[in-house]
Amino acid sequence: MVDFPVLSLMTFLPLVGVLIILAIRGDEEVVAQNTKHMALYVSLFTFAFALFMFTRFDGTSAEFQFVEQSSWLKPLGINYHMGVDGISIFFILLSAFLTPVCILSAWDVVKTRVKEFMIAFLVLESFMIGTFVALDAVLFYVFFEGVLIPMFLIIGVWGGKRRVYSAYKFFLFTLLGSVLMLVGLLALYSETGTTDMPTLMEANIPIGLQYWLWLAFFASFAVKMPMWPVHTWLPDAHVEAPTAGSVILAGVLLKMGGYGFLRFSLPMFPDASAFFVDFVFWLSIIAIIYTSLVALVQEDMKKLIAYSSVAHMGFVTLGLFTATTQGIEGGIFQMLSHGLISGALFLCVGVVYDRLHTREISRYGGIVKNMPKYATVFMILMLGSVGLPGTSGFVGEFLVLLGAFQVDTTVAAFAATGVIFGAAYMLLLYRRVIFGPRVNDDALSMKDLNMRELGLLVPLVILIIWLGVFPSVVMDKISPSVEKLITNYNARSAVSIEPAAGSAQHDHLEGKQ
Amino acid sequence: MELLAVFLPLIAFAIAGLFGKKIGDKGCQFITCAAVIIAALSSISLFFNVAYGGTAYTTVLADWINSGDFHIKWALRIDTLSVVMMCVINIVSACVHVYSIGYMSHDEAKGRFMAYLSLFTFAMLMLVTSDNLLQLFFGWEGVGLASYLLIGFWNHKESANAAAQKAFIVNRVGDFGLALGMMAIFVIFGTIQFDAIFSQVPEMAETYFTFLGGEYHALTIIGLLLFIGAIGKSAQLGLHTWLPDAMEGPTPVSALIHAATMVTAGVFLVARMSPLYEFAPDALMVVTVVGATTAFVAATIGLTQFDIKRVIAYSTMSQLGYMFFALGVSAYGAAMFHLMTHAFFKALLFLGAGSVIHAMSDEQDMRKMGGIWKKIPITYGLMWVGSLALAGIPPFAGYFSKDIVLEAAWADGTWFGHYAYYMGIAAAFMTAFYSWRLLLMTFHGKPRASEKVMSHVHESPTVMLGPLVVLAAGALFAGMVFYQGFVGSAGHHGDDHGTAHVEAEHHGEEEHGDTHEPVVIHDEGAEVIHAAEDGEEEHHAEDFVLSKETFWNQSIQVLAANDTVEAAHNVPKWVKYLPLVMGLLGISLAYVFYMFRPNAPSVTVTSFKELHTLFYNKWFFDEIYHHVFTKTAFLLGLFFWKFGDKKIIDGYGPDGSASVSNKVANLMSRFQSGYVYQYAFMMMIAVIGLISWFVFKGSSAGGAL
Repeated sequence: MVDFPVLSLMTFLPLVGVLIILAIRGDEEVVAQNTKHMALYVSLFTFAFALFMFTRFDGTSAEFQFVEQSSWLKPLGINYHMGVDGISIFFILLSAFLTPVCILSAWDVVKTRVKEFMIAFLVLESFMIGTFVALDAVLFYVFFEGVLIPMFLIIGVWGGKRRVYSAYKFFLFTLLGSVLMLVGLLALYSETGTTDMPTLMEANIPIGLQYWLWLAFFASFAVKMPMWPVHTWLPDAHVEAPTAGSVILAGVLLKMGGYGFLRFSLPMFPDASAFFVDFVFWLSIIAIIYTSLVALVQEDMKKLIAYSSVAHMGFVTLGLFTATTQGIEGGIFQMLSHGLISGALFLCVGVVYDRLHTREISRYGGIVKNMPKYATVFMILMLGSVGLPGTSGFVGEFLVLLGAFQVDTTVAAFAATGVIFGAAYMLLLYRRVIFGPRVNDDALSMKDLNMRELGLLVPLVILIIWLGVFPSVVMDKISPSVEKLITNYNARSAVSIEPAAGSAQHDHLEGKQ
Repeated sequence: MELLAVFLPLIAFAIAGLFGKKIGDKGCQFITCAAVIIAALSSISLFFNVAYGGTAYTTVLADWINSGDFHIKWALRIDTLSVVMMCVINIVSACVHVYSIGYMSHDEAKGRFMAYLSLFTFAMLMLVTSDNLLQLFFGWEGVGLASYLLIGFWNHKESANAAAQKAFIVNRVGDFGLALGMMAIFVIFGTIQFDAIFSQVPEMAETYFTFLGGEYHALTIIGLLLFIGAIGKSAQLGLHTWLPDAMEGPTPVSALIHAATMVTAGVFLVARMSPLYEFAPDALMVVTVVGATTAFVAATIGLTQFDIKRVIAYSTMSQLGYMFFALGVSAYGAAMFHLMTHAFFKALLFLGAGSVIHAMSDEQDMRKMGGIWKKIPITYGLMWVGSLALAGIPPFAGYFSKDIVLEAAWADGTWFGHYAYYMGIAAAFMTAFYSWRLLLMTFHGKPRASEKVMSHVHESPTVMLGPLVVLAAGALFAGMVFYQGFVGSAGHHGDDHGTAHVEAEHHGEEEHGDTHEPVVIHDEGAEVIHAAEDGEEEHHAEDFVLSKETFWNQSIQVLAANDTVEAAHNVPKWVKYLPLVMGLLGISLAYVFYMFRPNAPSVTVTSFKELHTLFYNKWFFDEIYHHVFTKTAFLLGLFFWKFGDKKIIDGYGPDGSASVSNKVANLMSRFQSGYVYQYAFMMMIAVIGLISWFVFKGSSAGGAL
């Protein structure tokens, strides 16, 4: 434990960086250069802060730590309340880790409005971390929705040709979710009189209201995940976003929906969660199978990976709502792992995009010859994405399926087919881009990874393998908080809905004593 | 010792993979070969320590996954079953490593090739030394990866890439079953650690559980799910289509991965899970039928192929079928025996074929060979050894193992045991025929290759022939030497194979008392008794008698009622001799067809047109799968994308509402510049507006509360 407000410092440090960057004056070239350095240092410093917090974090406790609480909107009893537990800490680390990666990835690539770009990224970082440390629902909401603004800008200003369409679509989908969530938040407040999340997690909300609240929050989180059928904004957003935008979008922003389920839906509305469990399961299965098949026929590298993200997030929602230890821990692990793997995959797409300015799969082929290092890195990431044991991708996926199998074997069997489809589309992508006939001369004259790119990708690759071989580094710290969540969930959903328990459709096993 | 045997190949892979450029091709070859040879020597030493009167043990390395009550550790389980596998893997791998120095000498990526071979060896060792199903799965997928990398090693060839991808995806279908089986085990047993599962099996024998909406016998479901994994990895009928295509890889790969080791992982899995399968007779029945059918079907295809490697590939598939039906009739020891001998003679055949291909300037079509036996006499002689072993001619290794497999199938006495026996006999006939068809077409007759190729035909260098000699020694002696240990009866150690036998009662009652007999769980009545409970551990050292029971030392378990290997020693004489007779007949027929009556093949083909078409086209599996699965998946993908996403979701969602709101938007175009700034800004205003409303509303509500 530490005796200074580490969470606030960490959250607002990037904003301090923004202020400094705003103060940078001079001619354009110099400003760009200084801004980049400033942004990088600030984000690295934030990451160092996050690591420091991690070393002081007590992994055996399920309680919120580094708690800060002070009065904010006094007449309403809304507090400025922050804290970290085993569930949120790794999302903070992930955000703080990926931001400098993104800034570095944009180093030589973003050439217009460099200053604004870096500001957008630092604001984004601040809001992301804020989302994961907030323990007051209003504070959470502000950060959670605030994230969209810098993201809009990143897509809209530095994006591709159809950026306006994509931004509009992104806006429309998320707006729908946001409004409903806000209404839900108001209703929650008027029912309980508090917006304090730890308090709400203990509160008993009447079942009738729970259903409506669950749906309102679900709308927002499902769009963010994104779940089928509100996923169509994601491929477009990814395709138009610059590389750094895609990395952070896939790496962190998609996890906010899952985090929301863990912080709101499951603990606050346990009865409703149990009631809607089949609904979520089947949406997840559709997401896994449907988007995997769609990924199979994509011609655009980014679209393919975007669709694969939807499928992977399908595993996450499936795992979380099994409400089993393995399912939830697997879901969390899958989110972290996917953040690393898909982030790195988008970096990889960025590498060849920077050289050839196209994402069309058929424009590449046979580049293993001229880019052997790239081929190796891409191979490991591809294997992580298909969930090969020994990579982080396997641990999450397997635990989710294990959790699902305990609840409903049919659901698990359907979801497990995603493992086959996942291999199909990723191998096909790899084969068409890296192997395959060598027909495009410009693709064959591309240079291999330079030091900057290697410096970005190698740490990610090492993390992916390390977490695949020793996941307990993460799992052990997650599990106290997850156990607490599950204990609470079971205690409360069992008490209040006796008759509805059957609807959870637990496939019981008769012989087990 | 076991650390050396398992991790040296990994270290060699890491060095050759990461620093291959720095240490050069020679450095890579030296490091990988040295590592695997040391690993092989360690395995042999482990084998004699553990299998001949030693004890099994487990070395725990580190935690892997802990989640709730799901605990998995990285660990090495060293018992007879795993050391047998380790020996097979490391010895064949060492031979293949050394052989590859010669075979790949013209290739430009030698270092990478050696690194992949070592990676494969490591993954395979992890598979067989695992003490839980998850680590087994790690190795299982790891060998799949190595196989993928090596099949597609010549990645400038589209056909190699396609074959690699096919191998990975088809295997994934099998892995899907294996993963589900693993989960089912966890749900039923609460663990996936082998010892913990096995100790609970008898009490779980009558458990039922709900799977896919139906109520089933739990152990049968588990057995079948695991077997789906085995079908994929071991190329059994249904998921076999990847194996022939895998021949796109360099020949040493085919020898190591697609003949001797990886494809036997499925056999190993079932043998490892023998304590569970023993209580799932219906699952065993399926294993038998699938294995026997595969043995037959693969042999029929092998009769008609012209690519020398594909003939051997189908032969491998067929021999794996033998191993599976042996497992299915509870003759696990016999299956492992055949696995071991097959590894030697099949690796020998493949490497020999590689030597031929090397000599023929990379020609693989047997129609373009012939008349070369005088030019490459050593290869020719070694191919004879391999073929004799494969055809089951005494005293070669295949004779002992194939015979015990077939005898055990007969001795099982069930309809599927007999089915397996007859299928096996038919396959034995065809095996002998296509083996000699291969020998005669390749080496004898008039040369059918071009002058240029023929002038280049040369014997392979020592670095390639050396490993062949080692394997040939295995193909010659492994059967005789290890017969007693793998499948020998406790009452009759000695070379009395095929003659004497013991009465079942005699064996069951009397020997039980004085020979240490821990493998067999006697299932008398409903009771399950561990023979080892009799507490004669102290007699162990002095009374050590090599028999299958002492050899396996509980690493495989058989119910006494199912001990078909024991019963195999007592089958009628004709059952014992029929395989040999069929083998000799097959060889003779091949001589008639391909030496004395050269027009016989074409006459046969025309008179059995339909059958030949069926066999030659591999029973049309590829075509059917292509239409039913591959095409459908792509069509569905397109449909979901173009229709589901674009037409329905976007059409009625954002785009639909966009067109409606366009009119409104036009009115507001002053505010609506189309830039995201504006949206974001409006969004922020909306949020602030709502919050202020909320503050206002809230304060009054707060008053009301």
